[in-house]
Amino acid sequence: MSDLLYRIAQSRDPDAFAELFDNYAPRLKSYMMRQGADSATAEELAQETLLTVWRKAALYSGEKGSASTWIYTIARNLRIDRIRREHPWQELPEGHNEEASDDTPPDEAVSERERSARVQAALGELPGEQHEVVVLSYLEGLSHSEIAERLGLPLGTVKSRMRLAYQKLRETVEDLQ
Amino acid sequence: MTKIAHHPDHATLMSFAAGALPESLAAVVATHNAMCPSCRAEVRRMERVGAALMSAMEKQSVAPVPQAALSMPQADAARDAEPVSDDPIERLVGSSLEDVKWKRLGLGVWHYPIETKSPDGGDLRLIKVQKGQAMPEHGHGGSELTLVLDGSYTDEIGTFGAGDVADLDDTIEHRPIADSDTGCICLIASERKARFTGVIGRLLQPFTGI
Repeated sequence: MSDLLYRIAQSRDPDAFAELFDNYAPRLKSYMMRQGADSATAEELAQETLLTVWRKAALYSGEKGSASTWIYTIARNLRIDRIRREHPWQELPEGHNEEASDDTPPDEAVSERERSARVQAALGELPGEQHEVVVLSYLEGLSHSEIAERLGLPLGTVKSRMRLAYQKLRETVEDLQ
Repeated sequence: MTKIAHHPDHATLMSFAAGALPESLAAVVATHNAMCPSCRAEVRRMERVGAALMSAMEKQSVAPVPQAALSMPQADAARDAEPVSDDPIERLVGSSLEDVKWKRLGLGVWHYPIETKSPDGGDLRLIKVQKGQAMPEHGHGGSELTLVLDGSYTDEIGTFGAGDVADLDDTIEHRPIADSDTGCICLIASERKARFTGVIGRLLQPFTGI
């Protein structure tokens, strides 16, 4: 997928964009709907995410991580801004203070699909109660307090489940870009 | 800057990476991360979890974008540098710490409330405390983050200097005392509107309405 981004950046290759679009936009639409957007808004946000990718492809560098991770962060920030109507306090402006990751550089032999499959496998191995708080955070966008309320748990329990989940996932995501 | 010793909890960073942290808390994490390469790297790893979950979503049909949209100019790194300050404090308050228009909150204590974009974003403010003075205590409701920007303070947990974050929930009562000669400036966020409950807080409450 990174090669598609480079083709867009270098030669504005419409075929590369179409391939990227077909792979991500339909999933981003599901993601936006899961976050509470109606179907029309979700479709718009999915399209807008890919248009941002088209426009900003030149700012992508493999050192920032995989194409999927980069696209995920664009979608996430768009969601915070449009669905939650909050200021997306995420990273500093593009290109600012960006250093290469300390982690192992991306292994080109390991495909994007394979990397994603490894994280999904690690997620699948989490105990149900830890998996649940991870999904509620990432896919439903619930804060720790909202999760505590939804599940009828003390706030501290929600946080400790998140911590335990990440302890188990960390080894897998560390090996990946 | 001395080495940062206290970081946000992994649960907090993960919620940030998920885009699920309330706005005021996210502002504090972003400001800390601007000073902390190790937390930035941690958030990058946590974003991979989000990417994997996104990639596993089922596909829904999406209409292609109109060809005209693709003929818009593309960004390049130099031109697209957004007109946002590199300084994380300036991004928050629109000026450097020296130029903040402090409002007096009581004896040796000043504050500067920062508006969140969302009305449900929680409470976000700068607090400045003179040496030897206690920070006004919040009535904790839910999660709270305190980031030291200048000077240091000490409480039951330890000493916090510039860049350090205290990541607390409602089970923790603490009483931070500013201990550097120049006092201490902190960025404080809580997911609920702040209610100051210490002695100073009780004295101030009727006057400040916070």
